[in-house]
Amino acid sequence: MGKIKKKYEAGAATQYISRKQACRKLQLSLADFRRLCILKGIYPHEPVHKKRVNKGSTTNKTFYFLKDIQFLLHEPVINKFREYKIYVRRLKKAEARLEKGIANHIRENKPTYRIDHIVRERYPNFIDAVRDLDDALCMCFLFATLPKSGRLHIQTIDLCRKLTVEFMHYVIATRSLRKVFVSIKGFYFQAEVMSQPITWIIPHSFPHNHPTDVDFRVMSTFTEFYTAMLGFVLYKLYQTQNLHYPPRIPLLSNVNVTLNDDNKKRKRKEEIQNLCDENEKSLEVVASLNMPLAQFQDANDQEEDAAADEEVEDLLKEGLTETQEEDQKKSEDEIKQRKLFEGCKMFLSREVPREAMVFIIRSFGGEVSWDITAGLGSTFSIDDEKITHQIVDRPMNEKPYISRYYVQPQWIFDSVNAKMQLPVKGYLPGDVLPPHLSPFVNEENGAYVPPERQKVIALQRGEDPGINADEDELSEEDESEEEQEEEDGESDEEKVKENIDEEDESPVVAITPGKKDVDRKLNPDQIAAEEKRLAVMMIPKKQRRLYEKIKYGERRKKREAEQLTQKRKAIDDEKKATRKKEKRRKRAA
Amino acid sequence: MKAKKRQFLEENTSLSLNQESLFPSKGKLDIDDEDSSDESVVESSDEEVLEKETEYFNKLQAKSAQTIEKPYSSDVDDDVSDDEDLRNTVGNIPMEWYENFPHIGYDLDGRTISKPIRNQDELDKFLDKMENKNYWRTVHDKQTGRDHVLTSEELQLIQRLKKGSFYTSGIDPHEPYVDFFTHEKMIHPVTNIPEHKRSFTPSIIEKRKVGKLVHAIKMGWLKPRKPKTDESEEPKFYDLWEETESKTPTNSELARQKMAIPAPKTQLPGHEASYNPPPEYLPSQEEIDKWKEDDEDERKLDFIPEKFDSLRQVPQYPTFIQERFSRCLDLYLCPRQRKMKVMVNPEELIPNLPKPKDLQPFPTFQALCYKGHKAMVRTISVDSTGQWLASGSDDGIIRVWEVATSRCLREITTLGDQPVKCVSWCPNKSVCLLAVALENKIVIINPSIGDKLIYSATDSLLQSFQPLADEETTNKQESEKSNAVIPPWKTVETGLPYQDGQRLVITHPKDVSKVTWHAKGDYLACVVPGNGHAQVFLHQLTKQRSQTPFTKCKGAVQSVLFHPTRPFLFVATQQYVRVYNLVKQQLTKKLMANSKWISSLAIHPGGDNLLVGSYDCRLSWFDMDLSTKPYKTMRYHKRAIRSCCYHPKYPLFASGGDDGNVVVSHGMVYSDLMQNPLIVPVKVLKGHKVERNLGVLDCCFHPHQPWIFSSAADKTIRLFT
Repeated sequence: MGKIKKKYEAGAATQYISRKQACRKLQLSLADFRRLCILKGIYPHEPVHKKRVNKGSTTNKTFYFLKDIQFLLHEPVINKFREYKIYVRRLKKAEARLEKGIANHIRENKPTYRIDHIVRERYPNFIDAVRDLDDALCMCFLFATLPKSGRLHIQTIDLCRKLTVEFMHYVIATRSLRKVFVSIKGFYFQAEVMSQPITWIIPHSFPHNHPTDVDFRVMSTFTEFYTAMLGFVLYKLYQTQNLHYPPRIPLLSNVNVTLNDDNKKRKRKEEIQNLCDENEKSLEVVASLNMPLAQFQDANDQEEDAAADEEVEDLLKEGLTETQEEDQKKSEDEIKQRKLFEGCKMFLSREVPREAMVFIIRSFGGEVSWDITAGLGSTFSIDDEKITHQIVDRPMNEKPYISRYYVQPQWIFDSVNAKMQLPVKGYLPGDVLPPHLSPFVNEENGAYVPPERQKVIALQRGEDPGINADEDELSEEDESEEEQEEEDGESDEEKVKENIDEEDESPVVAITPGKKDVDRKLNPDQIAAEEKRLAVMMIPKKQRRLYEKIKYGERRKKREAEQLTQKRKAIDDEKKATRKKEKRRKRAA
Repeated sequence: MKAKKRQFLEENTSLSLNQESLFPSKGKLDIDDEDSSDESVVESSDEEVLEKETEYFNKLQAKSAQTIEKPYSSDVDDDVSDDEDLRNTVGNIPMEWYENFPHIGYDLDGRTISKPIRNQDELDKFLDKMENKNYWRTVHDKQTGRDHVLTSEELQLIQRLKKGSFYTSGIDPHEPYVDFFTHEKMIHPVTNIPEHKRSFTPSIIEKRKVGKLVHAIKMGWLKPRKPKTDESEEPKFYDLWEETESKTPTNSELARQKMAIPAPKTQLPGHEASYNPPPEYLPSQEEIDKWKEDDEDERKLDFIPEKFDSLRQVPQYPTFIQERFSRCLDLYLCPRQRKMKVMVNPEELIPNLPKPKDLQPFPTFQALCYKGHKAMVRTISVDSTGQWLASGSDDGIIRVWEVATSRCLREITTLGDQPVKCVSWCPNKSVCLLAVALENKIVIINPSIGDKLIYSATDSLLQSFQPLADEETTNKQESEKSNAVIPPWKTVETGLPYQDGQRLVITHPKDVSKVTWHAKGDYLACVVPGNGHAQVFLHQLTKQRSQTPFTKCKGAVQSVLFHPTRPFLFVATQQYVRVYNLVKQQLTKKLMANSKWISSLAIHPGGDNLLVGSYDCRLSWFDMDLSTKPYKTMRYHKRAIRSCCYHPKYPLFASGGDDGNVVVSHGMVYSDLMQNPLIVPVKVLKGHKVERNLGVLDCCFHPHQPWIFSSAADKTIRLFT
């Protein structure tokens, strides 16, 4: 007889470890264990047979892979955690004894740790890190807007601010912004970095309600990792673009070169210098996003590069297959989109969210400025004759300059998403704006497409759907409908008359040709449908569930789309009716 | 007693005097009070004696008080009036408490102090106000009940207190500070103790400490403090991936990379999240209410879509931080799992079957409807020529129809009014017989229809079949052995039943539910459901003999069937179909139907394939050569299957169920044993109505045409061609 096998000594039970066991194994407190897990990116696993792993018990526990925990055992950061714990203890003791000197000495030797190796370990390749940039950016953009508090150190906040500004500079420099969406939650941006779509959200620029149900320790641990990772990624990204890291603005004196007369220039300079002190100024100018960054190379080299690129492109163009041609077309579209606002000179009014707008406009090649007193970095003033657009977000009756368009900020967002400069009509100050649509919606497979989106698609194709000819169309339609109604009325009467005539004649008994039997032959569509129904009956059980699931999903989507179209139709009809009424009232008057 | 009391009072007074010494002005006020009271008090005659006594006491006491008082209150220049010390001993209490008493307290001796009589009316008061010079400085003392004229010193004191300054004018708050230690060097030391010798000799402890430090520095334990740099605080970034890209990862690293599941990206917002969404995305008030009522997990969206007319009106999203926090929690607390998402085109899942068009002939539409029954038609049967259709309904009437014209030619009404459970034509073409199961009887009927030669021959044939006498005895013996009742055969020879066609009646102990013929038309098998072994009976027509083939029967028998060519009997219980060899008298096979309750059985004319319908909507095709489990299970009925059948000639089979549908399928059985049967559903025949949750009750194919008959609970029989 063999040895008696004990339960839970092999198999799944030995592959998992509960959180409490893991803490004990690593000799860490729960808080430190959490920090470690966050930094190292370790997450729990759900065992397939929970009861078996839990050794027969059914209590709810979180399980980690034993291998993960063993991997954590060798982490040098753990020792730093322990050192930090001792540091805190010593400091407390010294402070309690009122030994100031010793306390200061201890404070000076505060243990610090770096997590570079963890970043490298989690992202062995650069592209992995780029792919995981979404959360890092969201977090940093949030932290950059938070106030300093007991849990949040000013250094973290400053660092986040710095990194986000640097990232935005990179996006501007490479013109890699693709989509913009203003949601009630904030501004969503999507950029293409190293051909990876990166999406992040920036909160609206108002103070946050300080929440009580949020553990800022967790958030700041995440931020600690994200700042390190973002920093390294940015360094590498800047390197690939031949840019200095940390970013440098060529020279502050160059700031005002674009200004016209010397007098004004001097005045401006003084004003700028008065706004903040020298140290802050350079940072602020960088943060204004309105200056191109300094490069390692000279401009001449770049031009040569560009020329070389063109040559290469020409060479490539010669031998292309169809798919490549498609790609080519796509990339051409992209290049076109990158130059969307090239040649535009935009001026931002005060009420417009400046940073987001500057970021968008500059990353599509536009020039932008704002009132000098609104912030550093403005390059031209409101009275510049060459301004093509002024972004205004309040109703204004008088437009002092005829040479420029006055538009609402949504024009910028919609233009970016449509990949073309949309007609300005409908976006003028005081206008009722057309709906702002999300560029992230997948419109395939019979999903609902709002009519506004259809119009934009038509515009992109080069047709003129008459976006703003809506009202005229409507009125025309109204008239035609009215006419139709009148005609209908007449015809109804005629029909009634005819009917009466027929009834008069009817009582005579007569043999009428019998009705032909309904043609039993079904049309081909019906036959096909029936065949399909019969074939569906024969799907094996295993696949039938899948099939039914897929079909259910399709049906649900269809239903939702249908509901939306119905709702829209009802709304439009109501609108039309009210408009008609008004018109009639006017006519009557 | 008195002496004690006095002592106590004296102590009290000394205390009060003590207080006076602390607040000299108050003492004065007291004394003045007494002075003024001298004049104002009008003594009454009743109290004279008492007054005198108190006077006496007071005098004594005042003397003693004076002696004590003098050292403390030096500034009291006024002599204390000795004749009257009307100090009230009640203490600092609201004087309203004495309102209803004739006295206002007690003096030092514990006697009552009577209220001074004040009968000043308003006029008196006015006159007093006009005439009395000191009226403005007169104060009413509630404790003594007398008026008191404030002295000028007292007035000054009050003014000082009002101003918030010291109570006497003598105190200077800003006295010059006298510094004991000065910055000037004094010629004399403060202390003149000579210095200790210790102060001249070097300290050993210090020396030891220094020695330790020097040693620590030498050994490298102690390092000088690092100069503070700004750089150390700022994180430094460099090209982190410079080396790794050239280095090949180790196996463990590769394993880790392979195991790591990247965090899923957050879902991107749709149109409804816009600050200015299209109007169709805005929820109505009901939807908003529902959203608020719903649990957080149930909500489809985690926000209510809102519309703002312009960008400047958009506020901060209130739960922005919470949302990011929950994302953080998801990242480090949620178990991650790789989920295989099937990216499959649903069309690809549909099996590639031959088109029904290519599998014709099969019934496609309804040709005729046989109407006439007054109750639901539970059973039908087509005779072997295919000309006649017999049907039995729940009111006990059997009708025989001409198939081609849907005319009812015979109506057999003499069987009673119990539901007809089963009708079945004898498959022998040379006889015209119909077996009918109702109540506990099987009635053999000659409907006298069709070829006259045949049906008259049938009668004579029946008469020639006579049970052998000795067999009867054997029957009895057998029945005694097996403890089963052998059903008696009874011939109907005259009367209405005979005219109606009834020829033989076999009576069973219990109700009969099913009757089937053997292919040759001699044997009949019937099911008598109930407990015990006698659930299946076999009857032989030629010998008019019956037997119960099984000594024991497992489970409730649902249906029985003869094998078309070989001596096999199929017995279906609720979950199994057992196949018995009647010659060898043994169980050859047990088929598992994978269903809970079998309803019907049908056997392929080839004899190797079996169709089993069940009340749990399954139709199973058994290939007897393959296994005891179904070769294929079809679930194309939505509700219970009531009947199933094979076509005797065409490769067709059909099933009818409570959903009112008859599903006709192509079921090709190949002669090549290696090839599995091909099953293709070809047509769903609709037409029957569902009544009382019952649909198609029975169906059967025409013997040589691709036609199918079906009977249903809607009292009709339909022919589909």
